[in-house]
Amino acid sequence: MLTGERRQGLALISPTLLYSLLMLAAPLIMVLTFSFWTQNYLELDTTLTLDNYREAWSKPIYSTLIFRSLKISLIVTLVTVVLAFPIAYYLSFHVKQRKALWLFLITVPFWTSYLLRVFLWKVILGYNGVLNTALKGLGIIEEPLTFLLYNANAVVLTLAHAWAPFAILPIFVALEKIDRSLLEAAEDLGDGPVRRFFRITLPLAMPGVVASTLIVLIPTVGDFITPKLVGGTDGLMIANMIQIQFGKANNAPLGAALALSSMLIVASISAVIFLLGKRFGGKVQ
Amino acid sequence: MTTPLPKPIIDLTGITKSFGTFQALKGINATINEGEFFSLLGPSGCGKTTLLRMIAGFESPTDGTIVIAGQDMAGVPANRRPTNMVFQSYAIFPHLSVADNVGYGLKTRKLPKAEIAREVDQALQMVDLGGLGSRAAHELSGGQRQRVALARALVMKPKVVLLDEPLSALDKKLRDQMQVELRQLQQRLGITFILVTHDQEEALTMSDRIAVMFDGRIAQLATPEELYRRPVDRRVASFIGVMNFLDARATGRMNGHLALDIPALGSIELPSAQVPEGLELRNLETIGIRPEMLTILFEGSEQTEHVARGEVTGTAYYGDMTYYSVRLPGHSEDVTISMRNTAGRSIVPPGSEVPVGWGADSIVLFQ
Repeated sequence: MLTGERRQGLALISPTLLYSLLMLAAPLIMVLTFSFWTQNYLELDTTLTLDNYREAWSKPIYSTLIFRSLKISLIVTLVTVVLAFPIAYYLSFHVKQRKALWLFLITVPFWTSYLLRVFLWKVILGYNGVLNTALKGLGIIEEPLTFLLYNANAVVLTLAHAWAPFAILPIFVALEKIDRSLLEAAEDLGDGPVRRFFRITLPLAMPGVVASTLIVLIPTVGDFITPKLVGGTDGLMIANMIQIQFGKANNAPLGAALALSSMLIVASISAVIFLLGKRFGGKVQ
Repeated sequence: MTTPLPKPIIDLTGITKSFGTFQALKGINATINEGEFFSLLGPSGCGKTTLLRMIAGFESPTDGTIVIAGQDMAGVPANRRPTNMVFQSYAIFPHLSVADNVGYGLKTRKLPKAEIAREVDQALQMVDLGGLGSRAAHELSGGQRQRVALARALVMKPKVVLLDEPLSALDKKLRDQMQVELRQLQQRLGITFILVTHDQEEALTMSDRIAVMFDGRIAQLATPEELYRRPVDRRVASFIGVMNFLDARATGRMNGHLALDIPALGSIELPSAQVPEGLELRNLETIGIRPEMLTILFEGSEQTEHVARGEVTGTAYYGDMTYYSVRLPGHSEDVTISMRNTAGRSIVPPGSEVPVGWGADSIVLFQ
């Protein structure tokens, strides 16, 4: 039997629950179903088969793409989180006044669309871009640098910039929650600043670090705009291939199998990161 | 029996501290002795916590010197001082077990694991937490957290243990129990304890000496008994226990005695031993007398030196004691008189006229 309170709770969440079921679970089930079907030119063969998965897991092109995606995302995540930590730390420990203003400023990049920001990097890194022109004008280089744009580095740079606020905020919140007297206690018990950081600050900030890592890692693996615009050919990622399968290649079932495969891989990597973070962070309540 | 000369462990000289334009400490001079239980007592904002944090090394004085165990502490960071602190919030590391919390500092000292385990065990035994080492920090009660914080400080074998209002978060009963335990522990170990508190009862029951602080200055530094019996000024007198203040006037000095006219009680002569040094007779306007030094005389009560007459205006019954408000002639405010309740003596109802007994030796004069 449902008690009155529980019934009320269910009634309150049910619109949202229905909406998310519709918008999240339904597409997922569709993709899952598709992945077991076969595309015959214009018709779909709805006999259940594992052929799509066989192709996805055996053809070298797909594994190359997924490995590259993972590599780029992991580098992006590492760069983003490592760069975000000092900013969050500074904000939390050294900004005494106008903290809100700082947080506000960090969100400024969001005021323009994601696409515009990617284009902006094209303008900065391009052959006749801001960086090359400036370096040439200063006489440091004679020919424009070509390794700046249309490769994996450009993807890393663009993504790391785009996701920085998402990484800063969870770490900032975790650092804010640390009781400052714990740091004093560690110092009182003989720790210098470095030891104290690794024994108290970092373990207690771990929930924030793990959250940042997952927030950056999961979406970047699936990103397809940035690699398409600044990645060139050797910067393409798995999501681009999925897009192609659903679009030009007209092979939605294979695209679905690729999407679910990469989802599975990302999910397992996330689980590992989560567990590692938990272990390092100890029994944080 | 001769008591050995007290050896100073902490010397505070001319300490001031300014936060912007606010002066938190305005010249603190004090010496704290080895093995002493020393309390900094005062209302919030008097600078006592700032002073404690300075001794610990978390704040540095704007001016003045702190010497601990013969060494000037200027520029010595908190992690290199022979002091350990019990924080008001206890500051138990939430991600570590009880044993790891207590052994935290020993690990920094790079002691072998087996030795750390042994020391931690001993320290936990000492605070009656034996066997709880593997507990997680969040599984502890408030009292247990307090003991862990204490063990964590004691295990470092510091020269001085600093306690920042360590009992304020505990309920009354546990607080009373911990007062006794802390005092016993300190006496057994012989380590100097410096306690910051705003609770005068806590300071009185635990301390060897107390520095009463107001507005960034030490108003009086004395033993609990001296502080209670001979408070130097009205502020100290009213902060420590209850004090009745009565108007008074000095009428002259005669052969070693001070003649006083106290309208509410009568005229008396005080032996000069009772007169604080440097007292300006012209400035004398008020005297103090503690509630337990005034007695309502019942039939068959012991006679007192002097008797005044008063009228009971109110009573407050505390079980073992009854507090009477009594109006004395020539005094606008009621005085408080505390009487121990004894068998067969009923409480005097308000409105009754009563004789109030008192003695000249209980009169307190202020500088």
